[in-house]
Amino acid sequence: MRADRSSAGADTNGPDADGWDAPGELPDLTRLTAAQLSDLLGNAVVSAREVAQAHLDRIGEVDADIHAFLHVDAEGALAAADAIDAARAGGEPLGALAGVPLALKDVLTMQGVPTTCGSRILEGWRPPYDATVTRRLREAGIVILGKTNMDEFAMGSSTEHSAYGPTRNPWALDRIPGGSGGGSAAALAAFEAPLAIGTDTGGSIRQPAAVTGTVGVKPTYGAVSRYGLVALASSLDQAGPCARTVLDTALLHAAIAGHDPMDSTSLTDPVPDVVGAARTPDVAGMRIGLVRELGGEGYQAGVRQRFAEAVALLERLGADVVEVSCPSFEYALAAYYLILPSEASSNLAKFDGIRYGLRVGDDGTRSVEEVMSLTREAGFGAEVKRRIMLGTYALSSGYYDAYYGSAQQVRTLIQRDFAAAFAQADVLISPTAPTTAFRLGEKLDDPLAMYLNDVATIPVNLAGNAAMSLPIGLAPEDGLPVGLQIIAPAMADDRLYRVGGALERTLFQRWGGLLIEQVPDLSSQQRIPRTSDDTTRQAAR
Amino acid sequence: MPENPSAITREQVAHLGRLARLSLTEDELDRYSAQLADIVAAVARVTEVATPDVPATSHPMPLQNVFREDVPRPSLTQQQALGDAPDAQEGRFRVPRILDEE
Repeated sequence: MRADRSSAGADTNGPDADGWDAPGELPDLTRLTAAQLSDLLGNAVVSAREVAQAHLDRIGEVDADIHAFLHVDAEGALAAADAIDAARAGGEPLGALAGVPLALKDVLTMQGVPTTCGSRILEGWRPPYDATVTRRLREAGIVILGKTNMDEFAMGSSTEHSAYGPTRNPWALDRIPGGSGGGSAAALAAFEAPLAIGTDTGGSIRQPAAVTGTVGVKPTYGAVSRYGLVALASSLDQAGPCARTVLDTALLHAAIAGHDPMDSTSLTDPVPDVVGAARTPDVAGMRIGLVRELGGEGYQAGVRQRFAEAVALLERLGADVVEVSCPSFEYALAAYYLILPSEASSNLAKFDGIRYGLRVGDDGTRSVEEVMSLTREAGFGAEVKRRIMLGTYALSSGYYDAYYGSAQQVRTLIQRDFAAAFAQADVLISPTAPTTAFRLGEKLDDPLAMYLNDVATIPVNLAGNAAMSLPIGLAPEDGLPVGLQIIAPAMADDRLYRVGGALERTLFQRWGGLLIEQVPDLSSQQRIPRTSDDTTRQAAR
Repeated sequence: MPENPSAITREQVAHLGRLARLSLTEDELDRYSAQLADIVAAVARVTEVATPDVPATSHPMPLQNVFREDVPRPSLTQQQALGDAPDAQEGRFRVPRILDEE
C-alpha cells in the first residue's frame, strides 16, 4: 500500500522533498504531496490534466464508499487544468501550486457550482459569485475538483448532520471523519485530493484532521477572508488550509491568506512567512507550553499516550517544555455554546425562502410568515434548529445578560489566560480531540456528548489565535489516528509550521513515511473488522 | 440569573419556534424542550465566573469601522440576482402576501 518514496529517503529524510527523481515509470499521482506534484508539473513531467484526471478517477473509484464530495465538478476541473497547461506551454509565470487539485468545503461559494452548506435549504443553489478564497485558489492556478461534505451549516463534529448523508472515515468506514469539515479531511485521507479547504468555528478543521491522520490549520482570525464563506458565527469563523503534510498546508495557507477589502474584519497585517517556517522546522530553544487543563481526565488512554510521547520527542529536539495553566478554559465550552448559537440564529435568519434556495408552502393562500416558517422547518435539520432556538433563547429579553452577556465575559477571561500562557511559552500544545474517531451514530442523539469533541479546540476560536492539528500516531487500543494541537498567538501562524514541521520530520523518520500512508486499503476494509476497545472511549463522555 | 434556568417548557419552545420562524411539529416540541433544558443547564455555568468586574468581549480582534471611497462599482445584474429566486416576476422577487386579507 505504501507509495515508493525511495527518492525522498536518504538525502532529505523528510516529507518535504519537492522532487521526484526516480527515473522511468510515473508514480501514482494521487499518492504524491502537493509539493511533489508542483515539482513534476513545473518540470513538465506531467500535465495538470493528467493530475486532475488521476484524482477524478480516484474519486470515481472510492467516493461511493467515502462520500467526501457533495458535488464533483469534473468538467470545470479539467477545463481549469487545460488552462494551466496552456499557460505553462506559453511560458507564463505560474504559482507554486498551479495545476495541483483541491477539494473545497461546500460552505464557500463558487460561481455557477452548487453550494449547499450540507443543507436542504440551499439544495440546487448555484451562487452568482466566488468567495475570495475561491477566487484566490483560481488565481493561484489550483484546480478545484468539487465541493466537500460537511455538517449542515458547519454545526457538528461528525458530518452526520449533513442533509446528504454522512462521510465515512477512510481509516475505518464505520467511523466518523470528524466535523464539520469531515468531507475535506476524508478526501485527503482517501487520496482523492492532496489539498483541501476547511473552515473552523470551534474545531471544524482541526478535529477532522486529528481523526483522519491529516494536517489542518485554523489561521489567526481575520487572516483569511470570510467573503463568500456562508457565516455560522461571524466572530469565530475562519477558513484555513488542509493537507497531508505540514509543507503542503503552508503552501496553501500562503495562497489564500492576506487582506481583502471585501471583508471588513480582514487583517491588514502582512501574512507571516509560513512556507519559510515549514521549510526550516526547528524547535531548539523554543518554549512549549503544556496546557494543564487540556489532556487529562476525559481523554482516551491512547490519545494521552501518543501525546506524552510527542512531548518527549519535542524535548529531545531541544524544546523547553513548561506547564501552563488556563483555568478559564473549563468554561470555554459553555461560553461557546451560548455565543455560537446566538450569532448563528442571527446569521441564519437570511434563509427565508424569498431570494434564493428552497421555498415551501407558497400555495397562494399562506402569508409570507407562514411560508418562511414552513420553508425553514422543511429546509433545516435537527441540529440547526436546536442551535437556532438555543441562540434565540440566549438573546431573548430577560436572559440576554445572564447568558450571552456572561459568555462574552468568559471570552475575556479566556483571552487573559492565553495572554498569561504566551508570556511563558512561544506555543502551547494539547491533544486536538479527546478521542479517536468514534462510530457513526454513537453520539447522534446526544448533543452534549457531541459538543465535547471540541473541548480542546474551542478556546482558540474564542480568542482568535492560530492553531494546527497534525498526526502523531495511532492509538494502540483501536489503531486510529491521534492528533496534536499546536496553538500560537494571533499573527504568529508561522510558529505552528516551525514546530509542526519539526515533529512531522522526526516522526517521518521513525515511521519511514507519513502516517497517512498506513491508511488501510479501502477495498479490503469492510471484510476486516478493526479491533476496538469501547471502554476507553467512555472516558470522554 | 433567571430562576431555574434548566426548565424549558413546551410552550417556551413553541414561542422560540415562532420567533425563529420554525413551524415545529408536536414531536419536535417534546424533543427540543428536553434537549434545550439539558443544554441550557450545562451552559449556564458561565454565570459562575462572570463577575461584574470582567468586561465583555464580543470579538477576538479590536475592531474599528472600516470605510472605503463611495464610488460606483460593477455588481450583479438584475438577471443574476434573480437567477436563483424561488419565484420572480417582472424583474422582482415575487413574495407571498405580506398583509392579512382585506
